[in-house]
Amino acid sequence: MNKKLLNIEDLKVSIDEKEILKGIDLEIGKGEIHIIMGPNGSGKSTVAYTLMGHPEYQITDGEIEFEGEIVNDLRADERAKKGIFLSFQYPEEIPGVTVEEFLRTAKMAVSDERIGLMSFKRLLKEKMEQLDMDEEYASRYLNIGFSGGEKKKNEVLQMSILEPKLAILDETDSGLDVDAIRIVAEGIKEFKDESRSILVITHYNKLLDYLEPDYIHILLDGRIVKTGGMELAQEIEQRGYEDIRAEFSNTEVK
Amino acid sequence: MERQRSYIEDIDREIYDIKDEFTYSYKSDHGLSKDIILEISREKDEPKWMTDFRLRSLEIYNSMPIPTWGPDLTGLDMDDIRTYIKPDAEMEHSWDDVPGYIKDTFERLGLPQAERKSLAGMGAQYDSEVVYHNIRQELVEQGVVYMDIETALVEYEDIMREYFMKLIPPEDHKFAALHGAVWSGGSFVYVPEGTDVDIPLQSYFRLNAPGAGQFEHTLIIVEKGAKLHFIEGCSAPQYKVNNLHAGCVELFIKEDASLRYSTIENWSRNMYNLNSKRALVEKNGTIEWISGSFGSKVSMLYPMSILNGEGARSEFTGITFASTGQYLDTGAKVLHAAPHTTSTVNSKSISKNGGHAYYRGLIKVLPEAYGSKSTVDCESLILDNESVSDALPIIDLRNDDIDIGHEAKVGRISEEAIFYLMSRGIDEEEAKAMIVRGFVEPITKELPLEYAVELNNLINIELEGSIG
Repeated sequence: MNKKLLNIEDLKVSIDEKEILKGIDLEIGKGEIHIIMGPNGSGKSTVAYTLMGHPEYQITDGEIEFEGEIVNDLRADERAKKGIFLSFQYPEEIPGVTVEEFLRTAKMAVSDERIGLMSFKRLLKEKMEQLDMDEEYASRYLNIGFSGGEKKKNEVLQMSILEPKLAILDETDSGLDVDAIRIVAEGIKEFKDESRSILVITHYNKLLDYLEPDYIHILLDGRIVKTGGMELAQEIEQRGYEDIRAEFSNTEVK
Repeated sequence: MERQRSYIEDIDREIYDIKDEFTYSYKSDHGLSKDIILEISREKDEPKWMTDFRLRSLEIYNSMPIPTWGPDLTGLDMDDIRTYIKPDAEMEHSWDDVPGYIKDTFERLGLPQAERKSLAGMGAQYDSEVVYHNIRQELVEQGVVYMDIETALVEYEDIMREYFMKLIPPEDHKFAALHGAVWSGGSFVYVPEGTDVDIPLQSYFRLNAPGAGQFEHTLIIVEKGAKLHFIEGCSAPQYKVNNLHAGCVELFIKEDASLRYSTIENWSRNMYNLNSKRALVEKNGTIEWISGSFGSKVSMLYPMSILNGEGARSEFTGITFASTGQYLDTGAKVLHAAPHTTSTVNSKSISKNGGHAYYRGLIKVLPEAYGSKSTVDCESLILDNESVSDALPIIDLRNDDIDIGHEAKVGRISEEAIFYLMSRGIDEEEAKAMIVRGFVEPITKELPLEYAVELNNLINIELEGSIG
């Protein structure tokens, strides 16, 4: 195991008093790619939102440790500054705020330094070219009138500009056609290095064919029930979640 | 580069609140009486027809009730208001001749700088009188007239007689009558046929005296095929006593002419702003209103366009920002009185910290205005639970051959949008400010640059510390 980046212990999370995550353990080392797979309603997005610090997701038990520091009580912006990033499944539309203005503000916030307009424009242009995005998106209002695929690309663009240590990709592959998936996967690979880690949350393995994940975790009913390598994804592709669910309920101590 | 506006550092809003010592060369008694009116007219050395006009207006004022719709005006007592305060200064054409403390005030507001940089002419009023007026020589050579209205009354008496308060007669409403009785200061602009004034003119109205009223009159005539952009700004320091502003703006846009009239109103929150603005637009002429209402305790402001000639157009773009202790009742009125006339109304409001923003608008299409088109779009953003937003868009159609669109939306800042921005490292305050700036962006991009900056600063300052 590489040097620890994220360590989650016995994490329990509720929304409106309803328990969604029922005790998650997860350790992500630097430079690793982890995948959380699971059927709809298993709590996948809750993992993502909780890690990012959404105020409606109440941690009732357990700890999230990021680079050795407990971040349970940190706000989303504080976590972002520590290097956590979430690519949203449904990115928000913000009228009147351009992609460029937003991203420059965000980049200055996470890096805590002033970035000149021109040097930022160059950076943005370069990253957009990598993602095969039309330059005019920079001056468009954030996610307004973007197709599903364009929104996802825009999320990956933000990731590559903000350069977080941990990128959580929540269903980033959904809504993308084959070409877009390839481009996005390349963007992710470009981003990843020995010090940056990725947590992909998905219920398909479309994206997995392009990435080389170190670990795959199966999330069922708010618990990680199985952890393995790529073979686990193939197993699910062939047999669905039902077998694992059956296996899990047999071994579960009631 | 435009987008850079949002990154402008905060300016100090306190500049508006710096009070000059209350000096004057003449001040009227409090209240309103025939004697006071006669005094004002005598001070100004006016022709008899104007004195008579004032007295007639006073009679009309006395005969009319205070409006009972809209904001509560019971806190406004005319007996407490001094209607005429003449500063201890003459009308000058050079800033160097304006008394130091008055010049300093306008310099803090950035006016001489703006004039040098981006204006073709400027007028500056201090309390009841214009203290500075200037216009670039090349415009004078083209026959453009831009002067204080008192001088116009001497030099262009015929035009004044023909146009003054003909579009907004004193009978129109109680505060139009008040204006007719006590008006003082303001600007007169005349743009001759076919002249394109491509750099804006700006008049600025500063009220310094506590308990005073300001009643400036702006009269603009844009002749056939001519073009003008006129900017109006106003501010005042905060006092405990009420101040009153009842200005009057009359705009005459002739055939094929166009006028853009931009206003940024940033009165202090002890101000009753009961202003009247009206444009008469002839064949194929265009009026564009850009209106920002940020200050005052109470505002009632509904710029009206009368589309009098075939193909005349009106575009209204307005933003209202109501905060603590403010009831801002604003909107737009359009009268389609000729065929194939077009109007658009695009209004946005923000209310926060107990502020009340009310959109009140009227689109009226007369039977003869067939083939006309109108779209009204009002959107409001309420930032907290103490604040209120209302909309009353009235549409009155008298023929069938028209194309009308209307949309109204009331919303709050979405928590999810805030979270999205925060997840990128932007703190909650800045996230909210960003969303609000985005909301008003369609308006700010229409504003003259320095006012767009001012609006964004205002949003930043207004949102500071508002996070519970």
